[in-house]
Amino acid sequence: MDRTGFHATLQRRFAEVTPHVAACGMRLTAVGDDGVEAHLPFREDWLGDVERGLIHPGIVTVLVDSACGAAVLARIADIERVATLDLRMDYLRAAVRDLDIHCHAECHRLTPGIAFVRATAWQQHRESPVAVAHAAFVRAGRRAAAAIL
Amino acid sequence: MNDALGPRLAAARRRAREHGDFDGFVELVPYARFLGLRVEQSAEGLRMRLPFRAELVGNPALPAIHGGVTAAFMENAALLHLLLQLDQTRIPKSIDFAIDYLRSARTLDCHAACEITRVGGRVAHAQIRCWQDDPARPIALARAHFLLATAE
Repeated sequence: MDRTGFHATLQRRFAEVTPHVAACGMRLTAVGDDGVEAHLPFREDWLGDVERGLIHPGIVTVLVDSACGAAVLARIADIERVATLDLRMDYLRAAVRDLDIHCHAECHRLTPGIAFVRATAWQQHRESPVAVAHAAFVRAGRRAAAAIL
Repeated sequence: MNDALGPRLAAARRRAREHGDFDGFVELVPYARFLGLRVEQSAEGLRMRLPFRAELVGNPALPAIHGGVTAAFMENAALLHLLLQLDQTRIPKSIDFAIDYLRSARTLDCHAACEITRVGGRVAHAQIRCWQDDPARPIALARAHFLLATAE
């Protein structure tokens, strides 16, 4: 499969192969060599602060972690199991109710063993992010991933 | 739903402290309820538990719980711990959160213990440890900064 074909498959199958991603209604809206874009529709379930109508940062972390994993696969453009080593979230401003959340994640450095990823999450305007994040992944090889795609 | 949270937090805190009933606390945070988080009192202190369910799986091939879920559980554990320990009248805002994954999370319940390392005038620092069947083999360690409601 060429890179474009892999990217199309990844975009289509992202939610199907990841139960929690499907449970949250998350999907990939773009997959390419420059990274991925993921989308999370608003739900009342996401609220952390009902008084002020603020979304819990934990669900933003779920979106970012999912997008970062997809970004690594998009960069490798092949079936491979990757595992998150660490993830660091900066919550630049609170995410507010009734608005969806978008995330762009990009694997900016790939070595034979490790992938480094950065991500930005926003609601209405990409230039006003709700969170920025950095993550590192370890590449665990093809064998465990063969069943996925 | 949008009634002032302060009195409800105070009531839930009182019920938790006097009767060991933590359900009211989880009810106040919709996302903690969505995850299915439970707060329990053990001999070693407050413990948070995330009962396993199939919806939490991230990688069905292993299978393993979604890494984002582990992070969100630990972040919720810290937040609820803060709400129980400090007399906050609002939900403290998260400033940042960093997690190190040590092992993949298998299809078992997750447990978390939280330590509030420091409470300053504006910011609280918390460390969270998460394990499954063996407390001596953590699956993840995390730390978080919260902006205290009193400092906003």
